[in-house]
Amino acid sequence: MLTVVFTRPRKWNIFFKRLFDEINGIGINSLPIVALMSTFIGGVISLQTASNMSSPLLPAYTVGYITQSSTILEFSPTIISLILAGKVGSNIASEIGTMRVTEQIDALEIMGVNSLNFLVLPKVTAAVLFFPILVIFSMALSMIGGWLALILSDLSTTETYVLGLRAFFETSNITYALTKTVVFGFLIVSVASFYGYYVKGGSLDVGKASTQAVVSSSVCILIANFLLTQMILL
Amino acid sequence: MIEVKGLNKSFSGNQVLTDIDTSFEKGKVNLIIGQSGHGKSVLAKCMVGLHEVDTGEVLYDGRDFTKMDRIERSEIRQEIGMLFQGSALFDSMTVEENVMFPLAMFTKMTKGEMLNRVNFCLERVNLSGKNKLLPDECSGGMQKRIGIARAIAMNPKYLFCDEPNSGLDPKTSILIDGLIKDITQEYQTTTIVITHDMNSVIEIGDNIIFVYQGKKWWQGDRKSIITTDNPEIMGFVFASEFMKEIRSSMREKRS
Repeated sequence: MLTVVFTRPRKWNIFFKRLFDEINGIGINSLPIVALMSTFIGGVISLQTASNMSSPLLPAYTVGYITQSSTILEFSPTIISLILAGKVGSNIASEIGTMRVTEQIDALEIMGVNSLNFLVLPKVTAAVLFFPILVIFSMALSMIGGWLALILSDLSTTETYVLGLRAFFETSNITYALTKTVVFGFLIVSVASFYGYYVKGGSLDVGKASTQAVVSSSVCILIANFLLTQMILL
Repeated sequence: MIEVKGLNKSFSGNQVLTDIDTSFEKGKVNLIIGQSGHGKSVLAKCMVGLHEVDTGEVLYDGRDFTKMDRIERSEIRQEIGMLFQGSALFDSMTVEENVMFPLAMFTKMTKGEMLNRVNFCLERVNLSGKNKLLPDECSGGMQKRIGIARAIAMNPKYLFCDEPNSGLDPKTSILIDGLIKDITQEYQTTTIVITHDMNSVIEIGDNIIFVYQGKKWWQGDRKSIITTDNPEIMGFVFASEFMKEIRSSMREKRS
């Protein structure tokens, strides 16, 4: 399937038009849910860390440090990708699956259009380009959420929290997070497209394919996360 | 002209088509008729490559489609227009964008030239001015006509219509049949229509192929189908009392 997807588009202007549509559909439309999740989870991470810090030996900036590291290393790239697997993956599988059962994909093929390339390549490209932007956005909002939670609960000060955010910061962690995100974005779109493209039957089967796409892409993300962590961090 | 030679097709060991040999002539409306489940849709899908044949040849003016790779098939497919049973219009696109799609994909026309062609095709199917509607804002008959407009946008040499009258009222069915016949004669296309509609058989069937139990059972035209004594044809085409009466009155007229 992928060898047919990654061929040269017949018309670049049509490809770019579809790419911008997909960036809007997959990326921009996911901003609200990513913002909501990130802000609240960032807040919860910092509150839980602050409430569990009973030892006086731990410096006060630890809350900011733990929020920063858990957000950059795991929460933003992996958890947000799992959420996107649900939102974007099911959307892609049902969109392509519906096109399959209503013969729209057959119509493309009969016209001589490489339907896999036409339908899937803009989605994969959009995900690979825009998911890292979503994750950077998520990282920033998680840290802001953590700061808001601490300030509103009067558990820390802005200076201490920012000191924690900057403590032991390594830029390689950002590279690691973004590398994971690109891989997860590719997996979400390609797995969902596979289930949608090869669906057989009617609307019930499109629903099943959509569910299978979410489950399979989530499992793929978890396995890829483990393998990439071993390869990059260790 | 399209020729089918020794075509066989099976699914998971179940033989669906057996040794189909036939030809579809240019400038004529060629009908494939038969009961549901006897292989007529599979035959059409094998001809356009949506199903791979087990053995046999499908020749488009002498070019064997079954032996071609993906790129060669893509070239031939640009000469094919197809009207699907459910119309298969792209539901995220307007009527205009649907008809324009093959032009934008395969030609170097300017936007203005494409728009002229789209308007011509829509006018041809009596849908002038409906450019900005979405498919789900159109009736079933309109959707079929948009499907025809999209199918003829590229001036196809070969036109396939899969049950063009299904789900339509008799008046709209006659309109669609008339359009198919006119377009075939006007553009000299090799037109293949898969149908159950007996009115279409009588009205537009220049060349009729009856598929029964996966085999080509009978071939003739709309005149010979009335006079044939083939029991399977009689059982299919003239199954109802009404059709039997029509048949006897037509035979009487002829004699």
